[in-house]
Amino acid sequence: MARIVAGMGTSHVPGVGAAMDNGKTGEDYWVPLFKGFEPIREWHKNNVPDVNIVVFNDHATSYALDNYSTFTMGVAEEFKPADEGWGPRKVPMIQGHPELAWHIVENLILNEFDMAVTGDLDLDHGCSVPLSIAYDQPDAWPTPVIPLLVNVIQYPQPTALRCFKLGQAIRKAVESFPEDLTVGIWGTGGLSHQLGGERAGVVNPDFDTKFLDNLVDDPLANTRLSHTDFIREAGSEGIEMIMWNVMRGAMNEKVREVYRFYHIPVSATAYGAIILENE
Amino acid sequence: MMIFPEPMFWMGAITGGAYRRGFHLNMFCMSLNKAECREEFAADEAAYLQKFKMTDEQRQAVLDRNYLEMLKLGANVYYAFKVISHDRKPPQVMYGQMAMPPLSFEEFQEMMLNGGRSIDGNRSVKEQENG
Repeated sequence: MARIVAGMGTSHVPGVGAAMDNGKTGEDYWVPLFKGFEPIREWHKNNVPDVNIVVFNDHATSYALDNYSTFTMGVAEEFKPADEGWGPRKVPMIQGHPELAWHIVENLILNEFDMAVTGDLDLDHGCSVPLSIAYDQPDAWPTPVIPLLVNVIQYPQPTALRCFKLGQAIRKAVESFPEDLTVGIWGTGGLSHQLGGERAGVVNPDFDTKFLDNLVDDPLANTRLSHTDFIREAGSEGIEMIMWNVMRGAMNEKVREVYRFYHIPVSATAYGAIILENE
Repeated sequence: MMIFPEPMFWMGAITGGAYRRGFHLNMFCMSLNKAECREEFAADEAAYLQKFKMTDEQRQAVLDRNYLEMLKLGANVYYAFKVISHDRKPPQVMYGQMAMPPLSFEEFQEMMLNGGRSIDGNRSVKEQENG
């Protein structure tokens, strides 16, 4: 059977991809961040699963107000990096895993999670930046990816609890896949940030730290956060953190924290990363 | 009754109200993902904006690159991002311009390098008014 072996949480700030693509990682501004990535990359070198499920959101790239699903799973053979307004990132094509993706979709829908399904989607920085953080600049990504897109932009977003339960259902689906595969799951986005409006630049390290602590030891506490809690405490864009709950829901009740990194600023964002292994 | 009333604490959140008010404005922004649309917009901004069923106020806010006004008129920041990207400027220019009081790119960067804007006093409109 297939099984979930590890989870990663990471912010997916587009500036990180731009810094790498434009050779700016040696600049003073970026050095501390990329220093913090070193243990992440080292861990990933030694822990390459057969497939990664990457949970992220589209940022008005492929989906917009005309059609925006709550949860969408990508079942294509491969996915192109998207043109988000400045031309596509020059990163490798992202290979899919249609067999496992379809298996998960079927099981989720029979389990009352009414997924949208896409067989043709360009993926934006929400997916490609976490890959760049984990795997640097390879000629090809070392694993196929199952993209799982969550609406975190248009109200009402799914609740923090619903995201956790989706993770639990994904785990169940993965474990009923007959082939012997190891699966990683990544929750991306966040942490606290407010990009728009008069309080642009708000971050909240206390809230973020508590969220990360709970993610390890008391994940249900993070499922009790409301839309209002996020917008007040983590900024309008901080609600992306609900996608980390999908990852956590797919893990064991007890996990081992392998690495944590927190850094302000990346653009207007508090950057956070965590690696968790199942106990 | 709307569960998420307007105004939410902070503009730019796509509640049902902002969705309806900002639909065409946001869809214009979204169109700039396509290279051919970017070229058409660059060639004659005002004419391109006429292709979308936006209000004149919304069109003017785009022409003026008045991002705070765009948000007030229903734009969301991820959509507005397409316009600042089109101008080949870093997003901090837009964030700083929207901030109150407004900040230059350098001032915004400095605020973030110093740990960002504190959440204290900024959790809600009420908390902000109470200083």
